[in-house]
Amino acid sequence: MEKKDTRSGFGAGLTELGRTNPNVVALCADLTGSLKMNDFENENPERFFQVGIAEANMIGIAAGMTIGGKIPFTGTFANFSTSRVYDQIRQSIAYSGKNVKICASHAGVTLGEDGATHQVLEDIGMMKMLPHMVVINPCDFNQTKAATIAIAEHEGPVYLRFGRPAVPNFTPADQNFVIGKALHLKKGTDLTIFATGHLVWESLEAAKTLSDLGISAEVINIHTIKPLDNKAIIDAVKQTKCVVTAEEHMLNGGLGDSIAQLLSRELPTPIEMVGVNDTFGESGTPMELLEKYGLDAKSIVSAAKKAVERK
Amino acid sequence: MPNILKLNNIISQVRRDIVRMVHANSSGHPGGSLGCTEFLIALYFNVMNHNTNFSMDAKGEDVFFLSNGHISPVFYSVLARSGYFDVSELATFRKLNSRLQGHPTTHEGLEGIRMASGSLGQGLSNAIGAALTKKLNKDDSIVYSLHGDGELQEGQCWEAFMYAAGKKVDNLIATIDYNKKQIDGSINDVLPMGNLTAKLEAFDWIVLEEYQGNDIESVINTLERAKELSGHGKPVVIIMHTEMGNGVDYMMGTHKWHGSAPNDEQLASALSQNHETLGDY
Repeated sequence: MEKKDTRSGFGAGLTELGRTNPNVVALCADLTGSLKMNDFENENPERFFQVGIAEANMIGIAAGMTIGGKIPFTGTFANFSTSRVYDQIRQSIAYSGKNVKICASHAGVTLGEDGATHQVLEDIGMMKMLPHMVVINPCDFNQTKAATIAIAEHEGPVYLRFGRPAVPNFTPADQNFVIGKALHLKKGTDLTIFATGHLVWESLEAAKTLSDLGISAEVINIHTIKPLDNKAIIDAVKQTKCVVTAEEHMLNGGLGDSIAQLLSRELPTPIEMVGVNDTFGESGTPMELLEKYGLDAKSIVSAAKKAVERK
Repeated sequence: MPNILKLNNIISQVRRDIVRMVHANSSGHPGGSLGCTEFLIALYFNVMNHNTNFSMDAKGEDVFFLSNGHISPVFYSVLARSGYFDVSELATFRKLNSRLQGHPTTHEGLEGIRMASGSLGQGLSNAIGAALTKKLNKDDSIVYSLHGDGELQEGQCWEAFMYAAGKKVDNLIATIDYNKKQIDGSINDVLPMGNLTAKLEAFDWIVLEEYQGNDIESVINTLERAKELSGHGKPVVIIMHTEMGNGVDYMMGTHKWHGSAPNDEQLASALSQNHETLGDY
């Protein structure tokens, strides 16, 4: 299996947009290389805006640039794309209804060695709480590229979350990315695993192990956390009657939290959640951190066993 | 030549609108609104090329951003009096289901508003963005913005000052309402600003001083001078000395009317000092 980083998927999607959509502009806060925005910059120097290490200003400028029809894509690390500039996003983009795409790399613990100052695990929660904000967390290179291209066509604020490490690139290169549409990746009858981002692959790996243990796990990729594909989730859970959620994010405010809200209203079901439980990350390699913080396939297997026992 | 008599009539009416709006729901910010009345009237009735048939994209027209959104009463009054929406709507200010929210917003679709403001320090960045898009669109209109002096305590303002000069955003004219007061008292007591002119010059902006920010003719002349200086590689900032509460004697010379509303008796006094010229809403 070829491995590629999702941030490069963003870079590739942005480069394509530069060639196809003259209204797309890109802004970056001194992380052009890390965000893989160099090709867009080189091909469209007049549409690329280096703002320096000033993320609040970047968000404000992006909001202003929509007036006159531009579609700004901002790029920096996920932490500096959200918690550092929450009020700027809230007032200038979300409340003002501006067509800005907030593109956030190095999300979660898999940023690795830089440690907890840079490993935001609260970003999905912060962003999904903003009215009308679309929140997307694709799972691999191909899907991140497709999502980047798709969000340019969506009128309104979007938060696009991706990461640093090279991970298996397992979804089709020619996929048509539909915002808000859950993707069934593997059929199963005993439980449904709803996963997002890097943990979609870990969930597929977990499903193989579960199969050896005689547990048939369905895997659904929830690349769009908001708007949530309520129908796909309810339909799946009606069949399997048992759920695991998996995300590289804090349990509070994440995907599991959204699915638990939905199911507690519509279809109360045993749920086990794989995510970070009220703690900060730390330095380490991405795989070491996924293991230590209980975010790998092994943790998903344990959660699945528990969930099935609770049926 | 601007028709000063006509503009003075508008000033008197806008001041009445401001104190009546704030009085009607016992909340709002009259002090800064009265201090910037001449400036907003200069922009909307004389200096700016703008279209009251509102379009968010503002192609081919000048744009204004109110960064210190709490002075919404003067903004709403000037927008209504210049024709963006009916003056009768001023009666809904700060009331339930109104488009005239406490602080300006695009959220309710009020004509003339292009960005929410109220949480301070964001408007200069927004104005830079609009100015950059005008350049990309080969639109030689000008982007104007207004900021409180206390607002400059927000760090984002200085990120924006640095960017606009460093990147030669020269189709931008920012104005600082330099009344030297903020909610908790005088700026010198809250957080001394030092030499503002020197600071802005050090950030490589063209700095104009307007010492008579409550004289409409002088404000127009300064804005015209700023327009002449724009387009030459540097952004322009006007440090506009104003009197908070200008035009209502008991509101002047103090910070106490930053965010307080007059009672019935005080309203009567304010109205007696500013005659009805265009018809109250």
